[in-house]
Amino acid sequence: MDYVIEMLGIRKEFPGIVANDNITLQVKKGEIHALLGENGAGKSTLMNVLFGLYQPEQGEIKVKGKSVKITNPNIANDLGIGMVHQHFMLVDPFTVTENIILGSEITKGGKIDIKTAEKKVSEISEKYGLAVDPRAKIQDISVGMQQRVEILKTLYRGAEILIFDEPTAVLTPQEIHELIQIMKTLIKEGKSIILITHKLKEIMEVCDRVTVIRKGVGIGTVNVSETNPNDLASLMVGREVTFKTEKIEASPKQEVLQIQDLRVKDARGLPAINGLDLTIRAGEIVGIAGVDGNGQTELLEAITGLRKSESGSILLNGKEIRNFSPRKVTESGVGHIPQDRHKHGLVLDFPIGENMVLQTYYQKPYSNGGILNYKEIYKKAKGLIDEFDVRTPSEFTPARALSGGNQQKAIIGREVDRNPDLLIAAQPTRGLDVGAIEFIHKRLIEQRDNGKAVLLLSFELDEVMNVSDRIAVIYEGQIVAIVDPKETTEQELGLLMAGSKRKEAGE
Amino acid sequence: MSSRMKNIIVPILAVLLGIIVGTIIMLITGYDAGAAFIALWDGAFGDIYYTGETIRQVTPYILAGLAVGFAFKTGLFNIGVEGQLIVGWLAAVWVGVAFELPKFIHLPLAVLAAAAAGALWAFIPGLLKAKFRVHEVIVTIMMNYIALHVANYIIRTVLSEKSDRTADVFPSASLRSPFLEGLTDYSRLHWGIIVALICVFIMWFILEKTSRGYELKAVGFNQHASEYAGMSVKSNIILSMVISGAFAGLAGAMEGLGTFGYASIRGGFTGVGFDGIAVALLGGNTPIGIILAAVLFGSLKVGALNMPLEAGVPNELVDIIIALIVFFVAASYMIRIFIDRIGKKGAK
Repeated sequence: MDYVIEMLGIRKEFPGIVANDNITLQVKKGEIHALLGENGAGKSTLMNVLFGLYQPEQGEIKVKGKSVKITNPNIANDLGIGMVHQHFMLVDPFTVTENIILGSEITKGGKIDIKTAEKKVSEISEKYGLAVDPRAKIQDISVGMQQRVEILKTLYRGAEILIFDEPTAVLTPQEIHELIQIMKTLIKEGKSIILITHKLKEIMEVCDRVTVIRKGVGIGTVNVSETNPNDLASLMVGREVTFKTEKIEASPKQEVLQIQDLRVKDARGLPAINGLDLTIRAGEIVGIAGVDGNGQTELLEAITGLRKSESGSILLNGKEIRNFSPRKVTESGVGHIPQDRHKHGLVLDFPIGENMVLQTYYQKPYSNGGILNYKEIYKKAKGLIDEFDVRTPSEFTPARALSGGNQQKAIIGREVDRNPDLLIAAQPTRGLDVGAIEFIHKRLIEQRDNGKAVLLLSFELDEVMNVSDRIAVIYEGQIVAIVDPKETTEQELGLLMAGSKRKEAGE
Repeated sequence: MSSRMKNIIVPILAVLLGIIVGTIIMLITGYDAGAAFIALWDGAFGDIYYTGETIRQVTPYILAGLAVGFAFKTGLFNIGVEGQLIVGWLAAVWVGVAFELPKFIHLPLAVLAAAAAGALWAFIPGLLKAKFRVHEVIVTIMMNYIALHVANYIIRTVLSEKSDRTADVFPSASLRSPFLEGLTDYSRLHWGIIVALICVFIMWFILEKTSRGYELKAVGFNQHASEYAGMSVKSNIILSMVISGAFAGLAGAMEGLGTFGYASIRGGFTGVGFDGIAVALLGGNTPIGIILAAVLFGSLKVGALNMPLEAGVPNELVDIIIALIVFFVAASYMIRIFIDRIGKKGAK
C-alpha cells in the first residue's frame, strides 16, 4: 500500500496521563484523511508528535515508507509536512507575500527580493485556485482569505502533506464551501491532507477515510463511504448520541428584552451597532447568526453593561437598563455565559467553588457584614457541581485545572442557578465535544421551557438552527432579517449573513 | 510534588544558593567564610542585645513587605513603599512633636497619622492608574523623590529652625519601651513589633476572610472577569494602593516613633521600602512568608554589622548575599525546572 505518512503505535505520556496510547494513523497519497476525536482525545498531541514538537515514548513514524525521527518542526518542514493552524500566525500590517516569505526570505545583495517572491506566490496561488492578491495587507483581507495565506505559506515551503487544524471554525458557510473546493484542488495536484475536526458533516462531505481516537486510544480507521454520522459520533464518544436537539414547540409569552434603535461604538470609536432593534419574549430562544465582527460582541457588551452605548433603549421587563453597571444589569435579572470563558467567565486562579459566587459573593448568605462565609459558598458550589455534572477532583481545585467542557458547565450552572429572566449565551459550546454540547443545549432549552428568555450567539450555523426558535441575522450592526429555523436553509442564512437584502413580510 | 510544597522549597533553596555563592565569593577574595558566618550569626542572635536589635530591624521590614505584598495580590506593583514610608515617618513625628496628649490618645494618633499619610501618598498613583491608566511603577518612583525632598523641606523649615533634625517626639507618642529595652540589654527594641504582627493579621484577614478581599484578589487575578462579574476594577485598584500605602506609612512610624524618635534630613532613601520588595518576593506575598523573609533579611542586616569587627569581612558581603538571594528567587523558574528534573528522576 502506498502510504505517504505512517504513524505506527504511537505512545506519548505526560506526567500522570497517557495522551496517546498505541495510535496508528496511516495516510495514503492523495487522500483527505480525517482525524476525529473529542476535545482532549489526543488529536493535537498526535499532530504535535508528527510536527516534531513532542517526542513519542514508543512507536515509529514513516514518511513515504522511510522511517524518520522528527525532532523539531524544521525537520517536519523538510519532509514536506505543513500545518495550517487554527489560530493564524500572521503579521497583520504585512502584505501577503511578506507573511509568506517570513523566515525564508529570498535576498539579493542583502535586500529582500520581494518581486521574485511575489511572482512565486502568484504562481502557486493560481495553480491551486486560491485567488490571493500577493500585495494585499493581511489586515485588509477577510478571515477566509487569511486562511488561504496560511495554506500558501505551507505550499511555498514545499509541503506535500498538509495538516488542517479545525479549519472551518472561523469561516462562514460560503467560505467553508470554497475551502472544500480548495482542498479538492490540492488533492488533484497530488497533495495529501490530514483534517483535524470534530465536525462530522465536513468529514462526510470531503474525506476519504477517517481515523477516530477516543481518550488517547486509537479506535480505528474507517472508509467514509462505508459509515454515517451517527456511527462516527458513537465511535468518537463511546455511546449513542442524539443530534437533533429534542424540544417541544416554543410558546413565547410577554416581551422580556426589547432593544430599540440601539447605537454602540466599538473599542476604536467606530460605529459597531447602528440602530439595532430586537425583541425576545419569555419562553423562546432567539439565535443571532452573523459573520464574526458584525457587532455581535458590542451588542452583548451593551446589554450586559460592559460597554456604554450611544443612544437607543434596552428594556428588560419594560424597565430601562441601558448603560447600567454590569452589577445592576446582573441584579436586574440577566445571566450571561460569556464568549471567552477564560477571559470573562472565570478567575482561573480561584478555586472552582469560589468561582461559583463570582457575582453573588457580597450577598447573603455568602457574605455577612463584609465577612465571607466559606461554608455557605462551598456548600452552594458543591450543589452546583453535582447538579451540573462538573467533573473536578473537588470544589477546592483551581478552575484552571478543569477541562474546557467542565469549566463551561460550571459557568452555566452558576448563571442558570441565579434564575435570570434573560439568559445570554455567547458561543456556549465553543471548543466543546459532542457530549458536552448536548448537555448545554438541553440546559438552554430547559431554561426556555421554564419561561425564561434566551439569547444565543453562535458562529456555528448548525447550533443556531438547531436550538433557536427564531433566528435574527446580524449584518453591519443591524438585524437585517428574522427567520424561522424550520423554514430556512444554510444557504439562505449564509447569503443574509453576507449582506444580501431580503424582503421579510411583517418584519 | 505539589505546588504548595514547591512554593515553600523554592525560597529555601534560593537562600541556600545565595549563601553558597556568597561563600564562594568570600573564598575567592581570600576571606574566612566560616568565621564570617559565625560573626554574622553572633551579630544577629549571639547576644540578647543583638536579638533585640534584630527584632527591631525586622519590624519595618515586615510592614514594608506587607505593603508590597498586598498591592501585588491585587496585581499592582507598588515601588513607592519607600516614599510612603518617608511621609509616614514625617507625619508620625510631626504629630509626636506638635503637642502633648495622654499616651493612649497621642500614640495611636501618631501611628494613624503615619498610616493616613502613607495611604494618601499611595492614593495618588492608585487614582492615576484607575482613571488614566498611568502605570503605577512610574508614578510611585517619582512619588518617592517627591516624598524625600518634601520631607526634607518640612523638617528644615517647619519642624525645626534650619536644623537637620526635628526635636524628639514627646514620650506620650513614643513606641519606646523601657521594659523591652531592659529585657534585651538596652537594645532599641520597641513596641512596634506588636503593631507589625497585628498588621500581618489584618492583611491575612482582609484577603482571606472578607468579601472586599475576595474582590481585590479577583481584580488582581483577572480584571476582565471581575468587571464582568460586576466588581469595580477602578475602586479596587485605588483601595489596594491605599491599604498598601497605609502599611508602608506604618513602617515609617516604626522608625519615627520607635527606633529613632525623631525625623532627620536624609541625603538618600532609607532602603527599607526597596528591601520590602525583596521581602515580599521571598515571602511569596503571603503573610507568614513575609514574616519569615523579614526575619531573614533583618538578621542578615543586623548581623552584618558584626562581620568587620569579629571576622574582618566587609559587611557589604551581606548585601551581595541578599542580592544573590533576591536573584535566585526572581530566577525561581530555574529552580522549579531543577526540582521537576529531580522529581522525574526520582520517580523513574
